Amino acid sequence: MIPISWYLIFSAALFCIGLYGVLSRKNSVAILMGVELMLNSASINLLAFWHYYSQIRQAPQMDSQVFVIVVFAVAAAETAVGLALIISAYRKRQSVVANDLSELKG
Amino acid sequence: MTSLQIIFLVVAALTLVSACLVVMTRRIMHAALWLVLSLMGVAMVYATLQSGFFAVVQVLVYIGAISTLIIFAVMMTRNVMEDVGPQSNRGWGLALVGSAVLFGGICGVLLTWNGMQTALIEIPAVNGENIQMLGLSLVDPMGFLIPFEVASVLLLAAMVAAIFLTGDIKRSRS
Repeated sequence: MIPISWYLIFSAALFCIGLYGVLSRKNSVAILMGVELMLNSASINLLAFWHYYSQIRQAPQMDSQVFVIVVFAVAAAETAVGLALIISAYRKRQSVVANDLSELKG
Repeated sequence: MTSLQIIFLVVAALTLVSACLVVMTRRIMHAALWLVLSLMGVAMVYATLQSGFFAVVQVLVYIGAISTLIIFAVMMTRNVMEDVGPQSNRGWGLALVGSAVLFGGICGVLLTWNGMQTALIEIPAVNGENIQMLGLSLVDPMGFLIPFEVASVLLLAAMVAAIFLTGDIKRSRS
């Protein structure tokens, strides 16, 4: 009953908000929060197209649901490693500002 | 306008407002709590998509595990950026313009697609919420057994990496 366009525009808006957070925040933890929002919007898109495709095929298809599961696993791994990196950098530098962590700059 | 549409609109507005607060609040702890609300809204959107399983997994994984990790990291690193000075860098105007242009571009591309106004009707489910088919396809060698195993190896590697990165007691002693 809900048009697919609502889902797609909603997830596009969520993705752009997350992108703004990633680009504009100074704090590294806040940058990771923006990444979480972007991953969630991608999952909404995948599930919306799963619904659309299953509706066309008249039966539930499993492909994109498995894709969403893999996205969840990758998001969990990414957050764990990202926060471990931030805490490790914080121990060495006493800072979580992304601008300060520029030792690898060419 | 049906009740499902009204529910979707309310939930979407809630999610977008709390997502805006995530990226704009000055206090990083408040941003983490707004992130929890936003993820909850996304879980409700999953529920409207006839994927109740993923709504539950979203609550478990994102709200239960990832938000806890983020809140822990915020608490461990809080005293460095204690809410003084700007929380966004100099290029935030450019970032805002870039995000808005990207949103306009995505909407422009989407509006050219023919199936855009397709209403999502209810799919006839074979067994409840298709959980049985999903589980069988995850352990089927002709299905998705290999991606499933690769995901578990990835989780194991991430766990080892997180322990190695944060628990550097031995190296700091030497």
